[in-house]
Amino acid sequence: MSGDSHVLPLRTYIAVFLALLVGTALTVWASQHDFGAFNDPIALAIAGTKAALVVLFFMHVKYQTKLIWVFATAGFVWLLIFFVLILADYRTRVPVAGWGG
Amino acid sequence: MSSSAETTSLHATGELAHHFETIDQQNQSAALGMWAFLVQEVMFFGGLFTVYLVYRTLHPGAFAEGSHHLPVDVGTFNTAVLIGSSLTMALAVRCAQLGEGKKAALLIYATMALALVFMGVKGVEYSHKWHDSLVPGLKWHPEAGADAHLNLFFALYFVMTGCHALHMLIGLVLMVFVARKAWRGGYTRANFLGVECLGLYWHFVDLVWIFLFPLLYLLHAPGGGH
Repeated sequence: MSGDSHVLPLRTYIAVFLALLVGTALTVWASQHDFGAFNDPIALAIAGTKAALVVLFFMHVKYQTKLIWVFATAGFVWLLIFFVLILADYRTRVPVAGWGG
Repeated sequence: MSSSAETTSLHATGELAHHFETIDQQNQSAALGMWAFLVQEVMFFGGLFTVYLVYRTLHPGAFAEGSHHLPVDVGTFNTAVLIGSSLTMALAVRCAQLGEGKKAALLIYATMALALVFMGVKGVEYSHKWHDSLVPGLKWHPEAGADAHLNLFFALYFVMTGCHALHMLIGLVLMVFVARKAWRGGYTRANFLGVECLGLYWHFVDLVWIFLFPLLYLLHAPGGGH
Protein backbone atom coordinates (compact mmCIF):
# COMPACT_ATOMS: atom_id res chain seq x y z
CA MET A 1 0.00 0.00 0.00
CA SER A 2 1.15 3.56 0.51
CA GLY A 3 4.82 2.84 0.92
CA ASP A 4 5.78 6.51 0.76
CA SER A 5 3.96 7.73 3.87
CA HIS A 6 6.58 7.90 6.59
CA VAL A 7 5.35 6.64 9.92
CA LEU A 8 7.61 8.34 12.44
CA PRO A 9 8.42 6.48 15.64
CA LEU A 10 6.42 7.52 18.69
CA ARG A 11 9.57 8.74 20.47
CA THR A 12 10.15 11.38 17.77
CA TYR A 13 6.79 13.01 18.54
CA ILE A 14 7.37 12.82 22.29
CA ALA A 15 10.87 14.31 21.90
CA VAL A 16 9.56 17.23 19.80
CA PHE A 17 6.74 17.79 22.31
CA LEU A 18 9.23 17.92 25.22
CA ALA A 19 11.56 20.21 23.27
CA LEU A 20 8.64 22.58 22.65
CA LEU A 21 7.82 22.63 26.37
CA VAL A 22 11.48 23.31 27.24
CA GLY A 23 11.53 26.12 24.65
CA THR A 24 8.43 27.64 26.25
CA ALA A 25 10.01 27.50 29.72
CA LEU A 26 13.23 28.96 28.31
CA THR A 27 11.49 31.93 26.67
CA VAL A 28 9.56 32.71 29.88
CA TRP A 29 12.82 32.50 31.87
CA ALA A 30 14.61 34.76 29.37
CA SER A 31 11.79 37.30 29.60
CA GLN A 32 12.43 37.63 33.34
CA HIS A 33 16.07 38.58 32.79
CA ASP A 34 17.37 41.60 30.98
CA PHE A 35 19.75 40.98 28.10
CA GLY A 36 19.53 44.55 26.82
CA ALA A 37 19.49 44.72 23.03
CA PHE A 38 19.33 40.92 22.88
CA ASN A 39 15.89 40.59 24.55
CA ASP A 40 13.97 40.46 21.28
CA PRO A 41 16.53 38.42 19.30
CA ILE A 42 16.57 35.77 22.06
CA ALA A 43 12.75 35.57 22.17
CA LEU A 44 12.54 35.34 18.38
CA ALA A 45 15.36 32.76 18.15
CA ILE A 46 13.52 30.51 20.62
CA ALA A 47 10.18 31.01 18.83
CA GLY A 48 11.86 30.37 15.46
CA THR A 49 13.42 27.14 16.73
CA LYS A 50 10.08 25.96 18.13
CA ALA A 51 8.37 26.84 14.85
CA ALA A 52 11.01 24.92 12.87
CA LEU A 53 10.46 21.83 15.05
CA VAL A 54 6.70 21.99 14.45
CA VAL A 55 7.09 22.48 10.68
CA LEU A 56 9.78 19.82 10.20
CA PHE A 57 8.43 17.04 12.42
CA PHE A 58 4.76 17.61 13.34
CA MET A 59 4.01 18.85 9.82
CA HIS A 60 6.34 16.24 8.24
CA VAL A 61 8.04 18.77 5.95
CA LYS A 62 11.42 17.13 6.68
CA TYR A 63 10.14 14.05 4.86
CA GLN A 64 8.26 15.78 2.05
CA THR A 65 9.19 16.46 -1.56
CA LYS A 66 11.40 19.39 -2.58
CA LEU A 67 8.36 21.15 -4.04
CA ILE A 68 6.71 21.27 -0.59
CA TRP A 69 9.96 22.57 0.88
CA VAL A 70 9.90 25.39 -1.65
CA PHE A 71 6.26 26.26 -0.88
CA ALA A 72 6.72 26.18 2.89
CA THR A 73 9.96 28.17 2.78
CA ALA A 74 8.69 30.75 0.26
CA GLY A 75 5.95 31.94 2.60
CA PHE A 76 8.26 32.57 5.52
CA VAL A 77 11.09 34.05 3.43
CA TRP A 78 8.67 36.47 1.76
CA LEU A 79 7.44 37.51 5.20
CA LEU A 80 11.04 38.16 6.30
CA ILE A 81 11.69 40.34 3.26
CA PHE A 82 8.49 42.23 4.05
CA PHE A 83 9.54 42.81 7.68
CA VAL A 84 13.07 43.90 6.77
CA LEU A 85 11.93 46.44 4.17
CA ILE A 86 9.18 47.85 6.42
CA LEU A 87 11.61 48.22 9.31
CA ALA A 88 14.29 49.72 7.07
CA ASP A 89 11.72 52.37 6.19
CA TYR A 90 10.38 53.12 9.66
CA ARG A 91 13.70 52.98 11.46
CA THR A 92 15.30 55.51 9.09
CA ARG A 93 12.42 57.80 8.14
CA VAL A 94 10.27 58.25 11.24
CA PRO A 95 11.87 59.89 14.27
CA VAL A 96 11.27 57.73 17.34
CA ALA A 97 11.77 58.87 20.92
CA GLY A 98 14.89 57.41 22.50
CA TRP A 99 16.67 56.57 19.24
CA GLY A 100 18.48 59.86 18.89
CA GLY A 101 16.65 60.71 15.66
CA MET B 1 5.50 2.75 -5.91
CA SER B 2 2.17 0.99 -6.32
CA SER B 3 1.88 -1.76 -8.85
CA SER B 4 -0.76 -1.35 -11.52
CA ALA B 5 -2.92 -4.12 -10.02
CA GLU B 6 -2.84 -2.35 -6.68
CA THR B 7 -3.64 0.96 -8.37
CA THR B 8 -6.64 -0.58 -10.08
CA SER B 9 -7.98 -1.93 -6.79
CA LEU B 10 -7.43 1.43 -5.07
CA HIS B 11 -9.35 3.11 -7.89
CA ALA B 12 -12.11 0.56 -7.43
CA THR B 13 -12.44 1.19 -3.68
CA GLY B 14 -12.40 4.94 -4.20
CA GLU B 15 -9.32 5.36 -2.02
CA LEU B 16 -7.45 6.66 -5.06
CA ALA B 17 -9.33 9.35 -7.01
CA HIS B 18 -9.70 8.51 -10.69
CA HIS B 19 -7.66 11.51 -11.83
CA PHE B 20 -4.57 10.31 -9.95
CA GLU B 21 -2.35 7.48 -11.12
CA THR B 22 -0.73 6.56 -7.83
CA ILE B 23 -1.27 7.05 -4.11
CA ASP B 24 2.05 8.94 -3.96
CA GLN B 25 0.78 11.41 -6.52
CA GLN B 26 -2.50 11.83 -4.64
CA ASN B 27 -0.74 12.36 -1.29
CA GLN B 28 1.73 14.86 -2.70
CA SER B 29 -0.98 16.82 -4.49
CA ALA B 30 -3.01 17.09 -1.30
CA ALA B 31 0.02 18.15 0.74
CA LEU B 32 0.97 20.74 -1.86
CA GLY B 33 -2.56 22.16 -1.98
CA MET B 34 -2.69 22.33 1.80
CA TRP B 35 0.66 24.11 1.94
CA ALA B 36 -0.48 26.62 -0.68
CA PHE B 37 -3.41 27.38 1.63
CA LEU B 38 -1.16 27.58 4.69
CA VAL B 39 1.25 29.97 2.96
CA GLN B 40 -1.78 32.16 2.29
CA GLU B 41 -2.50 31.94 6.03
CA VAL B 42 1.09 32.99 6.72
CA MET B 43 0.37 36.07 4.60
CA PHE B 44 -2.85 36.75 6.50
CA PHE B 45 -1.24 36.62 9.93
CA GLY B 46 1.88 38.24 8.43
CA GLY B 47 -0.16 41.37 7.82
CA LEU B 48 -1.15 41.47 11.49
CA PHE B 49 2.43 40.84 12.63
CA THR B 50 3.55 43.70 10.37
CA VAL B 51 1.09 46.12 11.97
CA TYR B 52 2.42 44.95 15.34
CA LEU B 53 6.00 45.52 14.19
CA VAL B 54 5.35 49.04 12.94
CA TYR B 55 3.34 50.26 15.94
CA ARG B 56 5.72 48.67 18.41
CA THR B 57 8.60 50.41 16.60
CA LEU B 58 6.80 53.73 16.95
CA HIS B 59 5.52 53.23 20.51
CA PRO B 60 7.78 50.76 22.35
CA GLY B 61 6.77 52.09 25.78
CA ALA B 62 3.05 51.51 25.18
CA PHE B 63 3.69 47.91 24.09
CA ALA B 64 5.86 47.10 27.11
CA GLU B 65 3.25 48.62 29.41
CA GLY B 66 0.44 46.70 27.71
CA SER B 67 2.40 43.46 27.88
CA HIS B 68 2.70 43.83 31.65
CA HIS B 69 -1.10 43.81 31.89
CA LEU B 70 -1.15 40.24 30.51
CA PRO B 71 -0.73 37.35 33.00
CA VAL B 72 2.46 35.45 32.10
CA ASP B 73 1.51 32.33 34.10
CA VAL B 74 -1.84 32.04 32.32
CA GLY B 75 -0.19 32.57 28.93
CA THR B 76 2.46 29.95 29.70
CA PHE B 77 -0.20 27.45 30.78
CA ASN B 78 -2.16 28.01 27.58
CA THR B 79 0.98 27.66 25.47
CA ALA B 80 1.66 24.27 27.06
CA VAL B 81 -1.97 23.24 26.49
CA LEU B 82 -1.77 24.16 22.81
CA ILE B 83 1.55 22.32 22.37
CA GLY B 84 -0.12 19.31 23.99
CA SER B 85 -2.98 19.56 21.50
CA SER B 86 -0.44 19.59 18.66
CA LEU B 87 1.06 16.38 20.07
CA THR B 88 -2.32 14.60 20.28
CA MET B 89 -3.10 15.76 16.73
CA ALA B 90 0.26 14.54 15.42
CA LEU B 91 -0.39 11.17 17.08
CA ALA B 92 -3.90 11.07 15.56
CA VAL B 93 -2.33 11.44 12.10
CA ARG B 94 0.14 8.69 12.98
CA CYS B 95 -2.70 6.34 14.00
CA ALA B 96 -4.53 7.15 10.77
CA GLN B 97 -1.35 6.30 8.84
CA LEU B 98 -1.34 2.92 10.59
CA GLY B 99 -5.02 2.35 9.81
CA GLU B 100 -6.11 2.65 13.45
CA GLY B 101 -9.19 4.78 12.88
CA LYS B 102 -10.74 4.46 16.33
CA LYS B 103 -7.51 5.48 18.08
CA ALA B 104 -7.18 8.39 15.66
CA ALA B 105 -10.72 9.51 16.53
CA LEU B 106 -10.00 9.35 20.27
CA LEU B 107 -6.81 11.39 19.83
CA ILE B 108 -8.75 14.00 17.83
CA TYR B 109 -11.27 14.17 20.68
CA ALA B 110 -8.35 14.70 23.08
CA THR B 111 -7.14 17.51 20.82
CA MET B 112 -10.60 19.06 20.96
CA ALA B 113 -10.63 18.85 24.75
CA LEU B 114 -7.29 20.66 24.96
CA ALA B 115 -8.46 23.26 22.43
CA LEU B 116 -11.55 23.90 24.56
CA VAL B 117 -9.35 24.35 27.66
CA PHE B 118 -7.26 26.90 25.73
CA MET B 119 -10.32 28.82 24.56
CA GLY B 120 -11.93 28.70 27.99
CA VAL B 121 -8.80 30.20 29.55
CA LYS B 122 -8.70 32.80 26.77
CA GLY B 123 -12.32 33.66 27.53
CA VAL B 124 -11.49 34.21 31.19
CA GLU B 125 -8.57 36.45 30.15
CA TYR B 126 -10.87 38.45 27.87
CA SER B 127 -13.42 38.87 30.66
CA HIS B 128 -10.69 40.20 32.99
CA LYS B 129 -9.70 42.76 30.35
CA TRP B 130 -13.37 43.72 30.05
CA HIS B 131 -13.59 44.07 33.84
CA ASP B 132 -10.41 46.22 33.82
CA SER B 133 -11.89 48.38 31.00
CA LEU B 134 -9.01 47.56 28.66
CA VAL B 135 -11.05 46.78 25.55
CA PRO B 136 -10.42 49.52 22.94
CA GLY B 137 -13.55 50.83 21.25
CA LEU B 138 -15.99 49.06 23.56
CA LYS B 139 -14.92 49.63 27.16
CA TRP B 140 -11.77 51.72 27.38
CA HIS B 141 -10.90 53.44 30.66
CA PRO B 142 -7.20 52.82 31.38
CA GLU B 143 -5.89 53.96 34.73
CA ALA B 144 -4.51 57.49 35.07
CA GLY B 145 -0.95 57.88 33.81
CA ALA B 146 -1.28 55.07 31.25
CA ASP B 147 0.63 55.49 27.99
CA ALA B 148 -1.39 57.52 25.47
CA HIS B 149 -0.90 54.75 22.88
CA LEU B 150 -1.80 51.82 25.13
CA ASN B 151 -4.97 51.31 23.07
CA LEU B 152 -2.83 50.31 20.07
CA PHE B 153 -1.37 47.39 22.01
CA PHE B 154 -4.75 46.18 23.23
CA ALA B 155 -6.43 46.62 19.86
CA LEU B 156 -3.72 44.41 18.34
CA TYR B 157 -3.94 41.99 21.27
CA PHE B 158 -7.66 41.44 20.69
CA VAL B 159 -7.45 41.29 16.89
CA MET B 160 -4.46 38.92 16.82
CA THR B 161 -5.61 36.56 19.58
CA GLY B 162 -9.19 36.87 18.26
CA CYS B 163 -8.18 35.80 14.73
CA HIS B 164 -6.17 32.99 16.27
CA ALA B 165 -9.16 31.88 18.36
CA LEU B 166 -11.40 32.03 15.26
CA HIS B 167 -8.97 29.67 13.52
CA MET B 168 -9.19 27.32 16.51
CA LEU B 169 -12.98 27.44 16.36
CA ILE B 170 -12.92 26.49 12.66
CA GLY B 171 -10.49 23.69 13.52
CA LEU B 172 -12.84 22.42 16.22
CA VAL B 173 -15.76 22.23 13.78
CA LEU B 174 -13.61 20.35 11.24
CA MET B 175 -12.46 17.95 13.96
CA VAL B 176 -16.06 16.94 14.72
CA PHE B 177 -16.48 15.68 11.16
CA VAL B 178 -13.03 14.13 10.74
CA ALA B 179 -13.20 12.31 14.08
CA ARG B 180 -16.62 10.87 13.23
CA LYS B 181 -15.40 9.64 9.88
CA ALA B 182 -12.24 8.18 11.45
CA TRP B 183 -14.28 6.35 14.11
CA ARG B 184 -16.49 4.77 11.41
CA GLY B 185 -13.42 3.55 9.51
CA GLY B 186 -13.75 6.14 6.76
CA TYR B 187 -9.99 6.49 6.42
CA THR B 188 -7.60 3.77 5.27
CA ARG B 189 -3.86 3.24 5.29
CA ALA B 190 -3.85 4.32 1.65
CA ASN B 191 -6.08 7.37 2.07
CA PHE B 192 -6.15 9.30 5.33
CA LEU B 193 -5.91 12.72 3.73
CA GLY B 194 -8.72 14.21 5.83
CA VAL B 195 -6.77 13.56 9.03
CA GLU B 196 -3.48 14.57 7.42
CA CYS B 197 -4.75 17.97 6.21
CA LEU B 198 -6.58 18.65 9.47
CA GLY B 199 -3.28 17.95 11.25
CA LEU B 200 -1.39 20.42 9.04
CA TYR B 201 -4.02 23.07 9.75
CA TRP B 202 -3.92 22.49 13.50
CA HIS B 203 -0.11 22.63 13.68
CA PHE B 204 -0.27 25.96 11.82
CA VAL B 205 -2.61 27.32 14.50
CA ASP B 206 -0.02 26.19 17.07
CA LEU B 207 2.70 27.88 15.01
CA VAL B 208 0.94 31.26 15.13
CA TRP B 209 0.61 31.05 18.89
CA ILE B 210 4.32 30.19 19.29
CA PHE B 211 5.03 33.73 18.01
CA LEU B 212 2.03 35.48 19.58
CA PHE B 213 2.94 34.34 23.10
CA PRO B 214 6.38 36.02 23.44
CA LEU B 215 5.36 39.05 21.33
CA LEU B 216 2.30 39.83 23.45
CA TYR B 217 2.97 38.41 26.93
CA LEU B 218 6.73 38.63 27.44
CA LEU B 219 7.86 42.12 26.44
CA HIS B 220 10.66 43.92 28.24
CA ALA B 221 10.57 47.64 28.93
CA PRO B 222 12.39 49.49 26.12
CA GLY B 223 15.99 50.26 26.96
CA GLY B 224 16.25 47.41 29.46
CA GLY B 225 14.82 46.73 32.89
CA HIS B 226 11.16 46.04 33.66
